[in-house]
Amino acid sequence: MEVVGKVLMINYEKCTGCRLCELVCSVMHEGVSNPSRSRIQVVKWESEGLYVPISCQQCQDAPCVNVCPVKAISRDETLDFVKVDYDVCIGCRACVSACPFGAMSFDVIAKKVIKCDLCDGDPQCVRFCEIGALEYVDADRVSVFKKRDAAQRLSAAEKEAAALQAQL
Amino acid sequence: MALNRKIGYIDLSTGKIETKPIPLDIRRKFLGGRGLDAYLLYNHTEKGIDPLGPKNVLMLSAGILGATLASASARTHIMAKSPLTDLLGSANMGGFFAPELRWAGFDHLVIKGKAKNPVYLWIHNGEIEIRDASNLWGKTVTETQWTIREELGDEDVKCAVIGPAGENLVRYANVMTGIKDSAGRSGMGAVMGSKNLKAVAARGTMDIKIAHPMDALDYNKRFIDQIVSAKVNQTQGTLGTPFIWGATNCWGGIRTRNFQYNQCEYADDIEPERIDEICTETMGPYHMAGCFGCQVHCRAQYKIPSGPYAGKYDEGPEYTSQGAFGGEPDCKNAVTVLTGNHLVDQWGVDNLEIGSLISWAMELYEEGILTSKDTDGLDLRFGNDEALLEMIRRIVFREGWLGDTLAEGGIRASEKIGKNSFEYLVQVKGMSNLHSDERATPALALGIATGSRGSDHLRSRPAIDLYHLPEEVLRRIYGNPVPYDGPLSSEHTSYVGKSWMVFWQELCYMGVDCLGICKYHTTFLGATLPNFEDWTKVLYYNTGLEMSPTDIWEIAERSYNIERLYNLREGLTRDDPKKGDTLNHRYFDEPCRRGAPDVIGAKIDRKKFNKMIDEYYEHHGWDENGVPTPETLKRLGINKEPSHLL
Repeated sequence: MEVVGKVLMINYEKCTGCRLCELVCSVMHEGVSNPSRSRIQVVKWESEGLYVPISCQQCQDAPCVNVCPVKAISRDETLDFVKVDYDVCIGCRACVSACPFGAMSFDVIAKKVIKCDLCDGDPQCVRFCEIGALEYVDADRVSVFKKRDAAQRLSAAEKEAAALQAQL
Repeated sequence: MALNRKIGYIDLSTGKIETKPIPLDIRRKFLGGRGLDAYLLYNHTEKGIDPLGPKNVLMLSAGILGATLASASARTHIMAKSPLTDLLGSANMGGFFAPELRWAGFDHLVIKGKAKNPVYLWIHNGEIEIRDASNLWGKTVTETQWTIREELGDEDVKCAVIGPAGENLVRYANVMTGIKDSAGRSGMGAVMGSKNLKAVAARGTMDIKIAHPMDALDYNKRFIDQIVSAKVNQTQGTLGTPFIWGATNCWGGIRTRNFQYNQCEYADDIEPERIDEICTETMGPYHMAGCFGCQVHCRAQYKIPSGPYAGKYDEGPEYTSQGAFGGEPDCKNAVTVLTGNHLVDQWGVDNLEIGSLISWAMELYEEGILTSKDTDGLDLRFGNDEALLEMIRRIVFREGWLGDTLAEGGIRASEKIGKNSFEYLVQVKGMSNLHSDERATPALALGIATGSRGSDHLRSRPAIDLYHLPEEVLRRIYGNPVPYDGPLSSEHTSYVGKSWMVFWQELCYMGVDCLGICKYHTTFLGATLPNFEDWTKVLYYNTGLEMSPTDIWEIAERSYNIERLYNLREGLTRDDPKKGDTLNHRYFDEPCRRGAPDVIGAKIDRKKFNKMIDEYYEHHGWDENGVPTPETLKRLGINKEPSHLL
């Protein structure tokens, strides 16, 4: 049977903005607390109370893979994610420029590009996100959850409309 | 590593900046945060200085676990001589400032002198710069922060700032960060204002090395599970601190109409569920936010639903705003609470203090001690929502005789108002009490009477005393890390053993404040939450420091004794109604009028209260006047303070 692969699903509406994901990511990968070295980052509009975690989307036709001049970036077959081979990488940052999400970062201390590697299948950001803004799910589930949400909204709207009609 | 963060000394008068490391033996004596701040305050200030003069010294700090995997390692501590109490000033805030300060290379800032013109500090990867802030003067709390970010071209800059209240030297002005995180007690914002210091901006990308990263991750997971499994924290995470209002008001622990009643009746509109409804309506189902690294996420987001400020975004309101703008002035209107909360957040003033003082003025007005001439025609009756909100504005901008008078704090205001106004002022050491009513709970009454920063519920409150836990459970909590076999009582109206509970909680909260984590993550509102023993592991995995639970206990004791020495030096005496370890006479003379059967009629028994104080002093190793004995100081290694090591 073919492996579907799992993805990091981000539901930003749930995000409380605490940035624990950034902390555990930098500790897991670098042994330090330093959000600037985290593979995931929470973008905030504080004056509106809006927090959006941004991490690699593991694109199928990934611009970073396409743009890499030395073919250091490829797709990992077991975990189905985009990975960087640091033995080949020359640190030119072409991938940083190409990524449409800003999810490819440059670590100024280690002097290398960094991106989400799903922590070998146990993403620490997911492990620590109690509210469930980050989840690690089978790829096909992502749209199922969204469908369910949309269906819920539709049915609620329909019920509301029916109730309004009954009042007329 | 986590221990290599430095102290920055900044003299605003001369512009001199100096940086020093924190020696390991000092870490072992005070850890960091509030403990080390207390040491620095005692060492760097002279006796009797003017809190709003250039000789006062302002400390800003992160805890030793700030920004580490310690769960909610977010707290910033601020200390200076208080312009409100003329004793120890100390305040603490959540948010994201302290972690950023640590990533920028610093644990403590010691700010002296006074700048000629408005300035702000820019702390960036080991560097400290004094910058012009004349364009920031007059700006609100959030405007200031967004302008600094724009000026520095970095959205991730975190700032500790003052609003107009701090500039106007309102003696209980806040230092704030983010939308609503407030170091809100004892007027630290006024000290910043007096130094012409509008803000401290920090941004850093320096590593904090975690000593044992994988163990730290695993232990933090366990720690978080323990913290979020507590029902009390799950409730905090859905309703925020307003849930405490509901729980406390039902039995009669909320003071209303200043101090006339101990329960707020017909207050459905400010019940936690109603406030949650407004948050859901204006911000959607996921409207709870968290401080750095915290999974409790007790901070609600809302927009004001109607009125002159309709549509304005803010966070909270906390339990304190419900009391300050709801129960105490008897306004009981959600929109008033949310609006009042927004005003104090934008202007940077202590909601608790301003609400309590306005309620006090309302009682004086109804008693005829203040007249409409004093209020410039404002009808300052209880229940007048518009007068309440207008009074907040007048105080912050020192408008009118009463606004200017109340901006001076309760004791100074009572001296100006005269007559018997002081008798109505519900304060300890010059700081107003929280809106909770402690007449039926001797342990809580003892806590506010003895708090080292004046009346306060976050200094030593044994909140779990209200849960009637079996004595066996109490012994397991309060008998560690140092053995205790004296009396303990599960009955919240009892005086038995309460002095030990207050003493224990005092050291527990001091521990938390030195570590730089949040009090909701320890034995405060939940009996199952971590304390001393768990901290040793968090400390070891994150910093590599090996300490025993009793080591941390002793550090807390040492730090608390330094605070005591400071207060004694500045004039604290046991029974002084303005500067002592005592309560307003109303606690002893006026019985509770409402509440549960065991609360109605309750008041504090003066004799038993004094006995509690005696016992409490004894636990601390202080004499009958509350002065640490030479043996105590020697045991804690602080018999030669000030030692001027840093």
